[in-house]
Amino acid sequence: MNSAPEVVCEALSRRFPNGVCALDKISFRVPSGGLTAIIGPSGCGKTTLLRIAARLDQSTEGQIRCVSRDGTPMLPRAGQLAVCFQEARLLPWRTALENVALPLELAGVDRAERRMRANRVIHAAGLDGAQQRMPAQLSGGMRMRVALARALVTQPSVLLLDEPCSSVDEFTRMQLDEEIRRLWQASGATTILVTHSVSEAVFLADTIIVMEHGRVHATHTVELPQGGRDRTSLAFSQEVEFIMRTLACAAGVARR
Amino acid sequence: MKGTLAAMRTITAPLVAVVLLLGCWQVAVMVADISPFLLPRPTVIAHSMWSNREVLFDATLSTATAALAGFALAALVGIIGGSVIAAVPVLRRSLYPLATILQMVPLVAVAPLLVIWLGFGLPTAIAASAVVAVFPVLASTIDGLRSVDPGLREVFLLAEAPPWTRWRKLDLPASIPAIVTGLRIAAGLAVIGAIVGEFVSGYGGSRAPLGIVVMTAMREARTELVFGAVALCAVVGFVLFGVVSTLGWLLLRRWHSSAQHELE
Ligand SMILES: Nc1ncnc2c1ncn2[C@@H]1O[C@H](COP(=O)(O)OP(=O)(O)OP(=O)(O)O)[C@@H](O)[C@H]1O
Ligand SMILES: [Mg+2]
Repeated sequence: MNSAPEVVCEALSRRFPNGVCALDKISFRVPSGGLTAIIGPSGCGKTTLLRIAARLDQSTEGQIRCVSRDGTPMLPRAGQLAVCFQEARLLPWRTALENVALPLELAGVDRAERRMRANRVIHAAGLDGAQQRMPAQLSGGMRMRVALARALVTQPSVLLLDEPCSSVDEFTRMQLDEEIRRLWQASGATTILVTHSVSEAVFLADTIIVMEHGRVHATHTVELPQGGRDRTSLAFSQEVEFIMRTLACAAGVARR
Repeated sequence: MKGTLAAMRTITAPLVAVVLLLGCWQVAVMVADISPFLLPRPTVIAHSMWSNREVLFDATLSTATAALAGFALAALVGIIGGSVIAAVPVLRRSLYPLATILQMVPLVAVAPLLVIWLGFGLPTAIAASAVVAVFPVLASTIDGLRSVDPGLREVFLLAEAPPWTRWRKLDLPASIPAIVTGLRIAAGLAVIGAIVGEFVSGYGGSRAPLGIVVMTAMREARTELVFGAVALCAVVGFVLFGVVSTLGWLLLRRWHSSAQHELE
C-alpha cells in the first residue's frame, strides 16, 4: 500500500576536518512510512545526520540510504526527498505562495498546476489568507508553516524535519504538531524528526532515538495508538517520563 | 496622505536651501562688487541660459545621451561580467581584487587613449562614461553574489536546480540590493565620464555637448555661460541618479529593508 522507502543508516560516521567527530558509527532504520524522532543534546550530530541523509554533506564512513519496498536500494530524485531546515529559509522576495511553489517550479511543473498544488498544502498547513504575504510580514510560526508546506508540496516519500518547531512557543508548537501529524499521515512519507521537545517526540513518533555524542544512546518504541494521541492521558505522561529518565541517564544527572 | 506630505517635505527642504543659497550669492556679489567675469550673479546666469536655450537644450540632450548610453553599457558589462567572475573560481581569485583596485584608479586619465581608438565624437564620450562607471557595478555585483545565503543555496541544491536556473531565481534577486547600490554610484560617475570624454574629444558643430559648451564659453570668457552649462551637467547627473534610485526602490520595496522606511 505504502510505496515510501525504508531509510537505513549503517555505521555512519562523520569526522570534520577540524577533528570534531559529529557522528560515530551510528546505525538505525526507519521503516517505510514510519516516523522516527531523534532527541539529543545540542551538538550531538542531529543536523549533521540529516544533512548527510539529504546528500548536502558526505559521510567519512558508512552510509545512510533508502531501500524501496522490494529490497533494492534507491536514490531519491529531486522532490522525492524533502528537508525542512532548522530555519525557515524562505526567499524574502517571494510571497508565501511563490515560496511554497518553488520546488514545483524548479521541477518544471506548469503554472496552473503549481498554483493548485501549492494552495492545497497551504490550506493543509493552516495558512489560508497568507498566500500573498511576504516572509517579512509573517510571524515566526507562520514562516515555519510555509517552510513545512514547501517541503510537502512535491509529495516526498522521505521527509527530514530539523527542529521545525524550535522557534515557536509551546502553544503554537502544539498546533503545529497537529498539523505535522495530519500532513505526515496523509503523505505516508518515511520521516525523521529532530526535536528538543520530549512531548513533541512522544506525540508524533512511533520510535524515539536518544542520541549522544554522535551515537545512539537508546531506542524506544512509543506504545501509543497512532491515531489521536492525547497529551493529557496517563499513558502519554508515562511515555514522556520514561524518555525524560533516559535523557537524565544520558546526561549523567539521574537520581537513584 | 501622510506619505505624500512626507515626500513633499523631503523635496521642499533642499529646494528652499538652494533658493536661499542663490539669494545669498546674489546679495554677496552685489555688495562685494565682484567682477562678473569671476562670479556672475545668478540672475545674469539665468538670463544667459534663457538666451542660449537652443544651444543648451541640444547640448544637454547630447550629454544625457552619452551618459545614459555609457551607464547602460556599464550596467550590462558590470552585471554580466560580475556574474561570470563570481561563478568561475579562477576568475574570482584573479579578477575580483583587480576590480576593487581599479575602482581607485582615476580612470578618466584613459580618456585621451579612447580618442586614439574611437576618434572624436559621441562614441568616445560614451566609452569614457562606461569605463569610469563599470567598476562599481562589477565590484558590487560580485560582492552581492558572494554573499548569497548558503542556506538558500541548499534549498536549490536539494531541488537539483541547474546553475543557470539558480542564477536567475536565487543569485540575481538576492544580489539586487548590492547591485542597486553599485548602479547608484555608477549613475553619478557616468555623467562625469561623459563630460570628461567630451572635453578631450572636442566635437562640436551645431550639436555640441555640454562639455564642449563649457570649454568654448571658457575660451570666450563668457563665465555666465560656463556656469549655466555646469548647472545643466548637474541636472543631468541628478536626473540619472534619481531615475536609477527610483527604479531600485521599485524593485526592492516589496521585500528589502533598505526600501521599507520610505513606505511609511
Ligand atoms: N561544518 C562543520 N565543521 C566543523 N564542525 C562542525 C561542522 N558542522 C557541525 N560541526 C560540529 O559537529 C557537531 C554536531 O553538529 P550538529 O549541527 O550536527 O549538532 P546538532 O545536534 O544539530 O545540534 P543542535 O541541536 O544545536 O542543532 C558539533 O560539535 C559541531 O560543532
Ligand atoms: Mg541542529
